[in-house]
Amino acid sequence: MGFDRVLTRNVGKPDSRKIDTYLAGGGYSAARKAVTSTPDEVVKIVSDSGLRGRGGAGFPTGKKWSFIPKNDTGQKFLCCNADESEPGTFKDRVLLEHDPHLLIDGMIVSAYAIQATRAFIYIRGEMHAAAKILEGAVAEAYARGFLGKKIFGSAFDLDITVYRGAGAYICGEETGLIESLEGKRGWPRIKPPFPAIKGLFGRPTVVNNVETLCCVPPILERGASWFASIGTPNNTGPKLYCVSGHVNRPGVYELPLGTPMMELLDQYAGGIWKGRTLKAVIPGGSSAAVLTAPECQALPLDFDSCGKAHTMLGSAGVIVMDDHTCMVDAALNVMRFYAHESCGQCTPCREGTTWVAKILNRDVHGQGLETDPDLLLDVCRNIEGRAICPLADGAVAPVASIIRKFRSEFDHHVKHKSCDLGKAAVA
Amino acid sequence: MDSVTTGPLGPKHKATSRPSGPPSPEKPLAFSNAADDELRRIVEKYPDAGMRLLPTLHVAQREFGWISEEVKHLVAHRLAIPVAHLESVVSFYTMFHQRPVGRLDVQVCMSLPCALRGSGETWAAIANALGIAGGEITADGLFSICKVECLAQCDRAPVVQVNDEDHLDVSADRVKSFLDSLRNQTGDGKAGA
Repeated sequence: MGFDRVLTRNVGKPDSRKIDTYLAGGGYSAARKAVTSTPDEVVKIVSDSGLRGRGGAGFPTGKKWSFIPKNDTGQKFLCCNADESEPGTFKDRVLLEHDPHLLIDGMIVSAYAIQATRAFIYIRGEMHAAAKILEGAVAEAYARGFLGKKIFGSAFDLDITVYRGAGAYICGEETGLIESLEGKRGWPRIKPPFPAIKGLFGRPTVVNNVETLCCVPPILERGASWFASIGTPNNTGPKLYCVSGHVNRPGVYELPLGTPMMELLDQYAGGIWKGRTLKAVIPGGSSAAVLTAPECQALPLDFDSCGKAHTMLGSAGVIVMDDHTCMVDAALNVMRFYAHESCGQCTPCREGTTWVAKILNRDVHGQGLETDPDLLLDVCRNIEGRAICPLADGAVAPVASIIRKFRSEFDHHVKHKSCDLGKAAVA
Repeated sequence: MDSVTTGPLGPKHKATSRPSGPPSPEKPLAFSNAADDELRRIVEKYPDAGMRLLPTLHVAQREFGWISEEVKHLVAHRLAIPVAHLESVVSFYTMFHQRPVGRLDVQVCMSLPCALRGSGETWAAIANALGIAGGEITADGLFSICKVECLAQCDRAPVVQVNDEDHLDVSADRVKSFLDSLRNQTGDGKAGA
């Protein structure tokens, strides 16, 4: 449908995960090109491309790399964040399972740019198959001399090691990930210092998402201006959108950043299932504020447009809800997740998420009080911005927005002690 | 599924290939030779001692089925770290079982995208068919069930992970055949629940 796939161009090819398949498509030319350039040149190409991090925050990748101190000649680290666990997000899995060499190629370029000779791929513990595939791909790359000492005949050494998590959403937060890599509880650190100054083992470290790193080889191969020509101003390049929930064709769709929401849902995801109508969408993984159907109509799915709509593109996990969805129940489901995943360090997050989940639970089960929606919003205000990592804000955004935008459903639950949809709970 | 035994298992046969009870004092817990090799590879792979803890715990859990007090001491001794540190790590990560699980640990995703496509009904159907609640094990030691969070396959909801393997599109109406096929895989299932 018009758009030439970039990140998923090998997905669907037979043996797409094999190094020869990747090489046959011109693979590893980016890594070769990088090691014959200066690190500054590589950083500049990526900065000029406008690439913004695909993990959720949308921070400019080149800028993140440029924070690594140049005069520091000691050990530096690159970490690939493959801890994909944001509900509604399943794009990195596609890249890991189908095109692991694209990731390794991107990691070589990125490691060279920041002069890191040691890199780690932190993969979710639950992704058993993907971890095996990655291990195989890394071994293939070593066997060809693409990893190890003096790669591609240059003076640059790089080792990549796969490291499995063990079930903790918070390890997707970059300092939680670093703590976990060091073999500890994945407790996020207070920032500053940022990882670029003090990261893994106290050394300068860059943590980049899988999809971000996979954007890097095409940028080197085809140029910064080519990449910048895709998408919308300040929101450049291709994007993997994950569509889940009440659509006919849930899946991962690669499209330019800024693709209109309704085009994604109707043309690609096949429209709302069962002939029903759209009620609400959480556009950026479950940490993003909910949008009503009217708010979705003219929304381009990019970082800035979603920000202007008071939500976020986040991980582009687009969770679609039809008109049979009980929003009180949806709020409970989401908050229960965050209450479970809160690492417990910061009191407002640890206590607040559990408290909100308890109140929502009584609302869902017809035992709510008239004052509950205001109480919930008050507790949410006291969680937001009062913790050291973004989990707390991510817990508040969907739930507070659901309460504000679907308040009548909360009132109905209190008044009639039941859901006006008469539908089974999603929570 | 290397830990699954074959042969008939009735309610009377509680023994599983994963030792779940406290081992006898005269035979101290030890890693098998294969696991020992794997642990040596971990030492080479992760030169920093701290980084060896999670990989070692993964091996220990595969070896012993769950992280019992005795396993904690074994791993702490092996890595020369305080048991208290190990405890703090084991209790943080949900994949490390702090109590025994069935030979087939059935983990049902309950996060929003799966919930929107019926994982609540799937969970109820599984619990009902097996006659156990979350965290419990069937009398034959074959199944345990638990609720888990997003498994990152939301386009194939509801998603169920059994040990290391993902099962997709497990709607409530498919639960009976799903459980039957799991039983058949293990070789100790009669057709039908």
